[in-house]
Amino acid sequence: MEKPKNGMDRRTSLKYMGGGAAALASLTWVACESPEQVAENPEHQHAVREDYELSEADQKLMEQEFFNEHEMQTVTVLANLIIPADDRSGNAEEAGVPEFIEFMMKDQPWHQTGMRGGLRWLDIESLRQFEQTFVSCSEQQQKQLLDQIAYPKSAKPEMSQGVNFFNNFRDFVATGFFTSKIGIEDLQYIGNTANNWQGSPPEVLQKLGVSYDDVDGYEFA
Amino acid sequence: MQIKESSTVYDVCIVGSGAGGGMAAKTLSEAGAKVALLEAGPMFDSAQGDMFKWPYQSPRRGAGTHRPFGEFDAAFGGWDIKGEPYTRVAGTQFDWFRSRMLGGRTNHWGRISLRFGEKDFKRKSVDGLGDDWPISYTDIKPYYDRIDKMIGVFGVNHDRSLGLDNEPDGHFLPPPKPRAYELLVKKACDQLDVPVVPSRLSILTRPVGKRAACHYCSQCNRGCSTHSNFSSPSVLIPPALETGNVTLITNAMAREVLTDDEGLATGVSYISKDDNMEYVVKAKAVVLAASACETARLMLNSKSSRHPNGLGNSSGMVGKYLMDSTGGDLGGIFPQMMDGIPYNEDGVGGMHMYMPWWIDNQKAKLDFPRGYHIEIWGGRSMPSYGFAGGIQGYNGWFTEGGGGERPEGGGGYGAQLKNDYRRFYGASVGFSGRGEPVALESNYCEIDPGVVDQWGIPVLRFNYVWSDYEILQAKHMQDTFEEIIHTMGGRLLWNKAGKESNYGLHAPGRIIHEVGVARMGKDAKKAPVNEYCQAFDCKNLFVADGASFVSMADKNPTWTILALSLRTSEYIIDQKKKGNI
Ligand SMILES: Cc1cc2nc3c(=O)[nH]c(=O)nc-3n(C[C@H](O)[C@H](O)[C@H](O)COP(=O)(O)OP(=O)(O)OC[C@H]3O[C@@H](n4cnc5c(N)ncnc54)[C@H](O)[C@@H]3O)c2cc1C
Ligand code: SF4
Repeated sequence: MEKPKNGMDRRTSLKYMGGGAAALASLTWVACESPEQVAENPEHQHAVREDYELSEADQKLMEQEFFNEHEMQTVTVLANLIIPADDRSGNAEEAGVPEFIEFMMKDQPWHQTGMRGGLRWLDIESLRQFEQTFVSCSEQQQKQLLDQIAYPKSAKPEMSQGVNFFNNFRDFVATGFFTSKIGIEDLQYIGNTANNWQGSPPEVLQKLGVSYDDVDGYEFA
Repeated sequence: MQIKESSTVYDVCIVGSGAGGGMAAKTLSEAGAKVALLEAGPMFDSAQGDMFKWPYQSPRRGAGTHRPFGEFDAAFGGWDIKGEPYTRVAGTQFDWFRSRMLGGRTNHWGRISLRFGEKDFKRKSVDGLGDDWPISYTDIKPYYDRIDKMIGVFGVNHDRSLGLDNEPDGHFLPPPKPRAYELLVKKACDQLDVPVVPSRLSILTRPVGKRAACHYCSQCNRGCSTHSNFSSPSVLIPPALETGNVTLITNAMAREVLTDDEGLATGVSYISKDDNMEYVVKAKAVVLAASACETARLMLNSKSSRHPNGLGNSSGMVGKYLMDSTGGDLGGIFPQMMDGIPYNEDGVGGMHMYMPWWIDNQKAKLDFPRGYHIEIWGGRSMPSYGFAGGIQGYNGWFTEGGGGERPEGGGGYGAQLKNDYRRFYGASVGFSGRGEPVALESNYCEIDPGVVDQWGIPVLRFNYVWSDYEILQAKHMQDTFEEIIHTMGGRLLWNKAGKESNYGLHAPGRIIHEVGVARMGKDAKKAPVNEYCQAFDCKNLFVADGASFVSMADKNPTWTILALSLRTSEYIIDQKKKGNI
């Protein structure tokens, strides 16, 4: 498998990081606007920067390799078993999860040993049970192994290291997937944009069994 | 090594451009004073912040590798800054948060803007502990009033029937409507007699001056591209610069306050981070607003024959009575919020409702003094680094209605897990208590005799131990949060903290409300500064940050820092006119 070098569709500028942040030439004021105008024309007052660039330091991290090819394959297979594609969205790989995990190993090196060792644990256990590495197993065999470590409450005590590794790995996959574009869309998070907050809609209030009558003594914006 | 000294003598040199320094710079320069404003960090304008960025625009998806509150947070600095260490006395704790940028910590603070109430200035008279302030609420009220109008804050005056008698009225913009889950909190709390009221945040729900109203993107901690929330570089520094009276010197790390033979301040020496050279700024008065502990550090490091214990420290009290708010948290997950209806729940960057301290300790015979307010968080916020971490701890709970077949317990993988993430997204609500500690002389910072920072400036050594007062208060927080969560029909997201962990009480410094290390008083033997924050031992030296606090209310400190800084600045102008300084 070819290891994708950069799964990001946008690059980020970490301009303000570190000590040597560039001085800004001047402080800017923005013309005053009423909330009504904001509601009608929410976008015009923002310069959303599209041209993200990776900082030099992050570029360097990108260029380093942590996982070898076999490990990267294992990460990819495992991540896709944790978040597979379905009718609402793609799988972990499509969300760039393997590249994200690879980056985090270099960005936060304290995860390295647990991750590398955990992947190794998985292979050893797989060899013991199926006489081949995890990625070479059939999907059914892979799942058979995951069933032994994916449910902490029912897992056997001798599997505790595997359980621990899997809990951490699952957390990485969840962040990687649900902070990706497809993951955010899948969750139907609607926000991070200019709007005019007018309270929660009636169907949401109804679902929770609450009403704005409970606060009718107040005058709201 | 050469020390560069310019011949200009400023009227005032201010150290620090955060809440206290920004307010002093604005007030003094508008009155015509020639001001040198020293700031240890670089320039910053929140219009250049990272609003509207998505986590996937970064390879680390917003992780807080380099910034404690995440990659996109508008903070340069944190609890650890390279080359700027601090130490602790063995067996004690204090984590010191510092921002190094124009505006300091006001760029990414929570904007919870609360006035101290009448009782907050007279706690000793109420419960016999600590000390009363030399001023009362009436002395500071006019300044709070002006700050409300100058800066803008939303909220409401409280109905007296709610029993909130220590939460003063203010001049408020209308608050945003509560979110649905905040109404759910209110409904439960109504049964428990815990008042849930609109929050008070310095975010504009109506335009104020040249600043636009909020457009509800919920990204306040990244700054605000339209300056709709309060930060010093959005609200205080620009008008100060517009007067033409302010010389702003960024990347300038103050080393010490210089004094003459009479013991009066003559200026400030600093290191420029741009060229690594030593400079001196001469001034007729000095205002320290470098954040409370850094102000104490500057005073203690400014030693001379007239001030052998440090400047303004004949009382020996500089560094003592250090306080940080208490803090404890608990989160819950709520079945009625699962499988939520998608909609934009962002609102302002912060809670729309909160709970002020509602109990009279004496009447209720509580086993601890003082109180805490409760902040609410949760709902359908932007997915970020750490999303649904530890889901194996709770996704086995609500298997009915779409939970699907699963082996016993939590965790899993595949279609079932993917669906769990969707179902649980937005279904949690959490509570954070922020409360009042009791000021103790035994909690302090001092100069470490053996350690210097990268510029050779002696660093602070902290000594802070929570007393039973704070620990028992934290226990009350945990019990209250649990009761609210259960009344709302939810389950605890993690275990309630017990005795072995001080009931979840955060380490001192973690709530980032450091105050009190150069407290005000009537008696020069017991306090470094008088009620106008003027050093008893050096009449042209003032403090304008949280250093002068005598006690720390359960209310967050910044509105009071701003009010005191305004009051002190006007006192300086008055004293100048009278020829006293
Ligand atoms: C995440 C977070 C949330 C918060 N939430 C709230 C809240 O909701 N409500 C509230 O009231 N408060 C809150 N606070 C606290 C609030 O930010 C501070 O109370 C307030 O900013 C203090 O103002 P200050 O002027 O004392 O210090 P700062 O705002 O920290 O400013 C001090 C400035 O001095 C500069 N400086 C330091 N040392 C030197 C030196 N030697 N030479 C030159 N310059 C120096 C620093 O670079 C900095 O710019 C929060 C803080 C944080 C970090
Ligand atoms: S929520 Fe409002 S005040 Fe906060 S950053 Fe967005 S627009 Fe600015």
